[in-house]
Amino acid sequence: MTVRIVDRRQDSRNKSSINRSRFILRFKGQIRKAVADAIAKRGIRDLQSGEKIGIPGKDISEPQFRHGKGGVRESVHPGNDRFQSGDQMDRPPSGNQGPGSGQASPDGEGLDDFVFTLTRDEFLDIFFDELALPNLVKRQLARIDEFKRVRAGYTQSGVPTNINLVRTMRGAAGRRVAVGGPYATRLRALQAELEGALDEMPADAAEVERLQREIAVLKARHEAIPFIDPFDLRYSNRIRIPQPSTQAVMFCVMDVSGSMDENRKQMAKRFFMLLYLFLNRNYEHIEVVFIRHHTVAEEVDEEDFFHSRETGGTIVSSALKLMHQVISARYGSSVWNIYCAQASDGDNWNDDSPQCRNLLAESILPLVQYYAYIEITDGEPQNLWHEYERLTTSHAGVFAMQHIAEVSDIYPVFRELFRKRLV
Amino acid sequence: MSKKKSRLIAEGSDWTVEAIARYDDEIGRIANDYGLDCYRHQLEVITAEQMMDAYAAIGMPVYYHHWSFGKHFLETENRYKRGQMGLAYEIVINSDPCIAYLMEENTLTMQALVIAHAAYGHNSFFKGNHMFKQWTSADAIIDYLVFARNYIAECEERHGVDAVEQLIDACHALSNLGVDRYKRSPPLSLEKEKTRQREREAYLQAQVNDLWRTLPRHDAPFAEAEEKRFPLEPEENLLYFVEKNAPLLEPWQREIVRITRKIGQYFYPQRQTQVMNEGWACFWHYTLLNTLYDEGKVDDGFMLEFLQSHTNVVYQPPYSSKWYSGINPYALGFAMWQDIRRICERPDAEDREWFPDIAGADWRETFDFAMRNFKDESFIAQYLSPRLMREFRLFSVLDDDSQAKLKVDAIHDEPGYRALRRNLAEQYNLGSSDPNIQVWNVDLRGDRSLTLRHFAHQRRPLSPASLTVLEHMASLWGFNVRLEHQRPDGEWTLLAERKTERRKQSAG
Repeated sequence: MTVRIVDRRQDSRNKSSINRSRFILRFKGQIRKAVADAIAKRGIRDLQSGEKIGIPGKDISEPQFRHGKGGVRESVHPGNDRFQSGDQMDRPPSGNQGPGSGQASPDGEGLDDFVFTLTRDEFLDIFFDELALPNLVKRQLARIDEFKRVRAGYTQSGVPTNINLVRTMRGAAGRRVAVGGPYATRLRALQAELEGALDEMPADAAEVERLQREIAVLKARHEAIPFIDPFDLRYSNRIRIPQPSTQAVMFCVMDVSGSMDENRKQMAKRFFMLLYLFLNRNYEHIEVVFIRHHTVAEEVDEEDFFHSRETGGTIVSSALKLMHQVISARYGSSVWNIYCAQASDGDNWNDDSPQCRNLLAESILPLVQYYAYIEITDGEPQNLWHEYERLTTSHAGVFAMQHIAEVSDIYPVFRELFRKRLV
Repeated sequence: MSKKKSRLIAEGSDWTVEAIARYDDEIGRIANDYGLDCYRHQLEVITAEQMMDAYAAIGMPVYYHHWSFGKHFLETENRYKRGQMGLAYEIVINSDPCIAYLMEENTLTMQALVIAHAAYGHNSFFKGNHMFKQWTSADAIIDYLVFARNYIAECEERHGVDAVEQLIDACHALSNLGVDRYKRSPPLSLEKEKTRQREREAYLQAQVNDLWRTLPRHDAPFAEAEEKRFPLEPEENLLYFVEKNAPLLEPWQREIVRITRKIGQYFYPQRQTQVMNEGWACFWHYTLLNTLYDEGKVDDGFMLEFLQSHTNVVYQPPYSSKWYSGINPYALGFAMWQDIRRICERPDAEDREWFPDIAGADWRETFDFAMRNFKDESFIAQYLSPRLMREFRLFSVLDDDSQAKLKVDAIHDEPGYRALRRNLAEQYNLGSSDPNIQVWNVDLRGDRSLTLRHFAHQRRPLSPASLTVLEHMASLWGFNVRLEHQRPDGEWTLLAERKTERRKQSAG
């Protein structure tokens, strides 16, 4: 009798995943708070990874009826190296009943933080919990006017460009074998007979001639089998399936003039990062366009966007104009969901601000899903803010603006900006 | 040389299914020679992650879902990842057939060790020890767990995850006082559970209704009603009492209380036989593998790896070590079984004085008797020898909160042996480590409040967390719950009271 050995390694891998998600669900409040704290502290690129989360141990303890401290207790310990019967000693400071410092968790009611690691997905889920961009689903999506063509086997009719040669030729070869088979068999038999007749010493001329005639007829018939027949033709079939638009483009617009110091840029960067991560969860494909500006705007890559140093004054409208050009040139079609995020310290040439508002109201806002403006300053709002403020009423739901002073303000602001709308 | 080599069961450290099967054959043959009586067993190869899953579910292959298991999983995973613990290389399930898990990361030597330890050591203990025989039904547990999981999943669908979770929370909080300690629980069986579950539902509800129907009979003589207590005898199994008598529970809630109670009962023997059981398994893996070595079936490399792991498991750090966290049940158990064998085979004068019955007796028979008929508490009280107390350098400390200082009242010397042994045995008495709380009374004719009474042992108070547990009790009972504290002299005081507004809620 040999033992039964079962290999379970391929079985249900995440047996505890339900329990794990129940746990996270139950302590969502505490976990969310821990996540918010973590965001305020951590660097930007870390957002792609999970997070170690600590929640208070007493919140998640599982209480039972137990004895507390006090009363009379005897406890037996090993390794006596100095005690004699009747020795007395002070209680260890922690209140443990045993001497020495051994018993770290006396009663199982650990009040230490319970620390565990959230996976990236769990982390982001909580991070983005309750958040949704307004008009998240483009109106066009409901109509579905994008189609994708996918292969769907073969048909016997179609246009010549879709002829599938391999399938067609394979079919033709098969047909030729099938139809020509009987002829070939008969031919071989006649050939053999003919050779037999020729080998006989006085050759029977009449018989030979009859056989030769018959062979000629059969050969003609065999060759008459068409090499290819309309019946053999096969066409690759393609069908159209509706394709919801799952791509978005995100414009990051930032003021890099002298008044934007490194600290403010870092704050702006976090904001862009959050927006990117959020879009990442809702769209399959996202393009990001970085536009930086001082008095002139230019499109740059991410590295330059965040790290190059510029000086000089500020003309915001230059960036808006460039953005409009890029949209019309590259993202004009209805398949793109367009999101814009603009970060600035609020400085602008005074007479440029009204122009910015007009540009936004007339040419940009009608094209985009959402336009978010954050002003990073610890002082009073400046003229750009006052101009933009007028847009919040006229374009409610598409345009939003917020004020940020500290790094820790970013998360609440982000939530405020993208709070799930009832609409 | 070449002749000896050919006798090896397998070579190298990577395991294969064939090598494991060969080891199992050989170990099984030796175990049989020693007369170990085991359930059939089945070996299952699993990954580290699955091992952590199994940890979280207390080793059960199927279990219902609850957040606390998720918490345990995270805890284990975290400690494992930080390298604070190795996973125990084995988990074994008290079922028939007995299931032993082998972790895929283990080397071949470790797999052999696990087979000897779990599939023969623990397995024979499960089959032989009276606690397991009396309290658990190895042939039915898996079926019952399947029933429990499906039933609870169904309840979650019908009544919502939150409602079920709240109920299970309450049951878990009471689970250590939800076991029968003195009478045998009827065996579990899947078919019986299934067929009887429905009629039990109807019947129980009728019973409960009946109990409460007598309530408003105002014509009954008042004095007589005062005298009659319910329950007539205090009930120590709180969950059982709730299941049978809580007035407001729905039938499905009663069934879930019953399920958690039954599963808690299943684990009760394990809590009471840790030292014996682990020591037994360690003794047998040690003995079986050494016998293999003596027969030349395994080589020196195998033994070195095995001994390294074995000594880690049975190491007892002294009280002053920073790794000390109480007495290691593996160490104590292993040493005791080794010592019993020594007393049987090579007794000295002291042994003959202390253990006249077993000194010089047949060690296999002595083992069999001890394994079958004891639990930790009585096992230590019976078999802990003075020599072992000296080896462990045990000492006993008295902590009396009415005294300013701790007192060492017994050490490993002639006057101390008996007290030391008694104190250590008492340390493994669940009856005194779990607080003694019983259902004292139900105010049948008044506000239906439930009174629990805590009978203090050695003046030990309840921990502050008990108040939270009382809330769970109140949510199960549905009416007010009181917790009283009774001192040995019979005086009692009210510790806490939890009022429930649930009745109004359900009415409104």
